[in-house]
Amino acid sequence: MSESEAPGQGVTREGLRGKRPGRHAMTGVNIPRRWRGRRRGEQPMVPPAEFTSYYGKPVISQPVWQAPDIPGYLFLGGLAGGASLLAAGADLTGRPALGRVSKAGAFAAGGLSLAALVHDLGRRARFLNMLRVFKVTSPMSVGSWLLAGYVPATGVAALTALTGRLRPVGTAATAASALLGPAVASYTAALISDTAVPAWHDGYPEMPFVFTGSGAMAAGGLGLLATPAAENVPARNLALLGTAMELAASERMTRRIGMVAEPYSEGRGGAYMKAAKALALLGAAGAALGRRSRVAAALSGAALLAASAATRWGIYHAGMASAGDPKYTVVPQRQRLNGRAPSGGSATAPMPQTAPGRP
Amino acid sequence: MSVVDVKRAAKVAPWLPEVLHGGFKGALAGDADPAAIDGYADHPPRMGFFTDTSVCIGCKACEVACKEWNHVPEDGLKFTGMSYDNTGGLSADTWRHVAFIEQRKPLAWQDPGVSHAEVNVFALAGQGSGASPEQPAMTPSATGSSATGSSATGPSATGPDGQLRWLMSSDVCKHCTHAACLDVCPTGSLFRTEFGTVVVQEDICNGCGYCIPACPYGVIGQRAGDGRAWKCTLCYDRLSDGMEPACAKACPTDSIQFGPLEELRERAARRLTRLHEAGVTDARLYGADPGDGVGGDGAFFLLLDEPEVYGLPPDPVVTTRDLPSMWRHVGAAAAAMAAAAVGAFAAAVIGGRDR
Repeated sequence: MSESEAPGQGVTREGLRGKRPGRHAMTGVNIPRRWRGRRRGEQPMVPPAEFTSYYGKPVISQPVWQAPDIPGYLFLGGLAGGASLLAAGADLTGRPALGRVSKAGAFAAGGLSLAALVHDLGRRARFLNMLRVFKVTSPMSVGSWLLAGYVPATGVAALTALTGRLRPVGTAATAASALLGPAVASYTAALISDTAVPAWHDGYPEMPFVFTGSGAMAAGGLGLLATPAAENVPARNLALLGTAMELAASERMTRRIGMVAEPYSEGRGGAYMKAAKALALLGAAGAALGRRSRVAAALSGAALLAASAATRWGIYHAGMASAGDPKYTVVPQRQRLNGRAPSGGSATAPMPQTAPGRP
Repeated sequence: MSVVDVKRAAKVAPWLPEVLHGGFKGALAGDADPAAIDGYADHPPRMGFFTDTSVCIGCKACEVACKEWNHVPEDGLKFTGMSYDNTGGLSADTWRHVAFIEQRKPLAWQDPGVSHAEVNVFALAGQGSGASPEQPAMTPSATGSSATGSSATGPSATGPDGQLRWLMSSDVCKHCTHAACLDVCPTGSLFRTEFGTVVVQEDICNGCGYCIPACPYGVIGQRAGDGRAWKCTLCYDRLSDGMEPACAKACPTDSIQFGPLEELRERAARRLTRLHEAGVTDARLYGADPGDGVGGDGAFFLLLDEPEVYGLPPDPVVTTRDLPSMWRHVGAAAAAMAAAAVGAFAAAVIGGRDR
């Protein structure tokens, strides 16, 4: 914020009519560096976008969702959805061990996902209020109904598989959970995108693919980790396909959304995302190359599970960071506004403080 | 369970396909009548606030009145160093927030307006403090064109042309036409009143926190130690009894004006014209346009600088506007996941001879 232009220059005794006086907001002059959105470390190729804010305070509220509840809920939902698909496929192609592992995994992950969601509530005793209405405008409402159908189905599928009783019921439950599984793995993408959090909302076209890719990766990872080599080929295939989908969608998302993607490469979010990528590549390589080795498969599976979790933690922290910095809210909106009404309208003049810089 | 929720629930559950289509109607319509969209066939006019920040004096009477009437708890006794603002911003425990902005810019020629030779203060006192917004010039504090400064009478005794202007603005929940908080609430705790306002039912809210990041203005918050979400109700209880909200009642300069939204919009347009004519070219309305990203605010503002200077988003958009597209992408991604699973097994079966 330069003070080169003397404030009030050009203002006449008659007032401000037709004049553009110096308009340097003092707000933000003395704010701590951490509020200004500057980062140490790698320098951006373009100068950071300048913007005005109210004492550097965020415009939108940061989510009150806590870690590990909410990133865990996202991760476990993806894992469960993918595992349900593997379970149904295992039943169809005669792979009982993969079926048992996947059914148990889907039930455990789905149940824990639901438990994490309930644990994060401000009033846990009122969790059943989620089923009070059905609202298509609320992904959390849609998701609550989905989970209410899905988790019991996976429970029945897992119990019948482990006890060997009531086979027909188990088959029906496995089919039902496989039908609902992809929805369970993907609706959470709409859930976080349907907020004003820039890093989440702006990424909404790719976010579901990141989530289902990550879910497939995790479910494949579980299959590799816990299934004998004789039956783990579909799990490995699913893991590789999921990894490819997740990495491609993430890459596309961060490239497309521009400066709003910064939190995905900086800070805690960036650290998790980098770890996720490294683990995913490691796990995928291990799964593809170590076909004969049970140990290699298990290690790869664990790496893929960890990668999927790290992705969700990264997305969570990136969203928190982008909500906490007014830059990510103000700069894109100001650019949108300036693009819509060139050279200022009657009442609102163009704003000198906002530079057009956008990486 | 309020009447609204019974209606809504009854409307929603049995005819799912109709709702899938109609659920987004509210989020997509243009200048909509929100109360009618939400099922009130016969309802009072939409009520709202017009906060004219050009006459705000930063007294914070609105903050205090709101807290007292609504029993809003203390929100932290801290010294922020942000001018006279130690409230910080809207939250679960702050439903009115007065922003203070100091700028190196003269407002205009300042007319302190202390010359009241012709004003009979005793006669004015007889009228009480309730001057209607139509006749604010009747009160001593607003003789002539007080806020504009460039009156024909010229500068009076004091008043050097200052290098500072001090903007004050009382922020509040915007009661959007298309309210993201209401759209995303999974319990139906947030609902639309017959006045077109948006209110949380505290006996329903389970503290899921979804409304908090959904709000494009950062208004609603979670109360610590309580877990539920709280925000301005536009004094729903007072409205129901034909009274104006506490903040508007307490505002000594009529910076906060309450009334039917249509009327407030006309009044604001007149005020804006008057300010522009007087040379206050910075003045602009915020949230008054029904064509904006939230379908217009039920509580809108007259600002003297860009919205972001006041901590307001310059171009807010209701997040659910993109939700139909989000669901389509979710559907595609779910299908891609299922296809990946089919592919994984197909490849295993075809190449399965090594097994």
